[in-house]
Amino acid sequence: MRFPRTTIARLAPGAAALALGTLAALPALAQEESAEAAAEVAAVMDKGDVAWMMTASLLVLFMTLPGLALFYGGLVRAKNALSVLMQCTMIAAVVMVIWVLWGYSFAFGGGTGPFWGGFGKVFLSGVTADSMASTFTEGVVIPEYVFICFQMTFAVITPALIVGAFAERIKFSAVILFTILWVTFVYFPIAHMVWDSSGFLYNLGALDFAGGTVVHINAGIAALVGCIMVGKRTGYGKEILAPHSMTLTMVGASILWIGWFGFNAGSNLEATGGAALAMINTFTATAGAIIAWSVIEALHRGKASMLGAASGIIAGLVAITPACGTVGPVGAIVLGAISSAVCYFFVAVVKNKFGYDDTLDVFGIHGIGGIVGALGTGIFTAPWLGGTGGDDFSIASQLWIQIVAVVVTILWCGILSAILYKIVDAVFGLRPSPEDETQGLDLTSHGEAAYHYS
Amino acid sequence: MKLVMAIVKPFKLEAVREALTELGIQGLTVTEVKGYGRQKGHTEIYRGAEYAVSFLPKVKIEVAVASELAEKAVDAIARAAKTGQIGDGKIFVYSIENAVRIRTGETDADAL
Repeated sequence: MRFPRTTIARLAPGAAALALGTLAALPALAQEESAEAAAEVAAVMDKGDVAWMMTASLLVLFMTLPGLALFYGGLVRAKNALSVLMQCTMIAAVVMVIWVLWGYSFAFGGGTGPFWGGFGKVFLSGVTADSMASTFTEGVVIPEYVFICFQMTFAVITPALIVGAFAERIKFSAVILFTILWVTFVYFPIAHMVWDSSGFLYNLGALDFAGGTVVHINAGIAALVGCIMVGKRTGYGKEILAPHSMTLTMVGASILWIGWFGFNAGSNLEATGGAALAMINTFTATAGAIIAWSVIEALHRGKASMLGAASGIIAGLVAITPACGTVGPVGAIVLGAISSAVCYFFVAVVKNKFGYDDTLDVFGIHGIGGIVGALGTGIFTAPWLGGTGGDDFSIASQLWIQIVAVVVTILWCGILSAILYKIVDAVFGLRPSPEDETQGLDLTSHGEAAYHYS
Repeated sequence: MKLVMAIVKPFKLEAVREALTELGIQGLTVTEVKGYGRQKGHTEIYRGAEYAVSFLPKVKIEVAVASELAEKAVDAIARAAKTGQIGDGKIFVYSIENAVRIRTGETDADAL
């Protein structure tokens, strides 16, 4: 079962870049496509699209800084609040530099291999202000610099998500080295596989509109491997390890929601009806997920908590990410609610049963919500469920492709992440001393305190 | 001179202050403290993690008064801070040996 060609294109952002709308002719790289391109009408750049994509890029940066940083910062104890803020800030800076040096090339460098983009655009060679990247509409382009910035913000948030799993007990140097290795060997290849028109999962027909596999399953699996390899926090199960500020967490979760409109609707690459569909789905799925989490919690525990509602926000957003371009607004409500139910089960039951210390539930919400979203996309894209799939859409065959994409991501990310944690452990060591951990990472890693009461 | 020290529920602080002011008592010291008595603690749940919080927030009020006023102060605090529920707190009375007002150097009863 395949989508009509046009539908496929809408489903895979980033792929577009490789379809190469290069106005300033790039030698060699563009040649294969140039014969085709020559036959097409002259490429058009719409200022409305450009303005929207520049805005969307900033919204996605806003998700990491300060959204995710505050969300995580509030969830840790006061003595570790700055360590998490600092990790998010530093990861953003490091990944931006790497993205320009070799990341963009490894993901979207023009190479036609199924697993990576090659060295064609290292140091952004050949890219100028006149370079254009195609969108999902034939003949419509946006500046390649805008596309590079937009994709850069995705590469930034993904490793930043992972740090929640081993928060409160990780060396700062280990976080930075792991980030450098992980984006290079895990994120960039998977981004290529899913979003590039020559990518392995792209050509399989996997649907991932805005990055459920690339960002959320990927981060979630690396998080699970990480929290097991780093080990539990000192005092886990004995001391009170409760969050220090649900206020910051609520502010952070809300900023994530706002920023997510750039993430989802921006993945349409144009300011069109497709972006509007992603936008309304980003509202409705999240609303459905908040209500579902709160109701489940009220029934199970007797009270609906703010952390529960904030968790619902994230669970809904994660699940709608791969689906937002192809499901309908009502299907999105159901998908969000299902995601909350499954994520709740993982964070409240499964985690305790297996005893891994996924501190901020990165696996439980991003990993599991991402898997629910990826599989749900294969279901709710069906036209009779309000989705945009064609008349020949078959849930069974699409679901099978989605499962393959999820399994490939889990294996690639899980195995390589484990190796990379080992390497980092050998170089710097993963954990601070128990004394430093007890005193708190703010003072021992960064020499400062989040709060002074005077 | 007596030091009346009371541990009360935080939301009763303002009522206690008013009751002591009515007695003409000028000034008291308040500290935010934590502790437990028969009320024990409570349970907080964050996603799957359940924490027993043994120490509850209370406020400690310290007020130095002339000996003849001590009993009235204790009564006033007890009346103002009472809810009838478990966890209302306790009042202790100590004897003060000396007191000095730093600004003027006045001592004992004159310093209060």
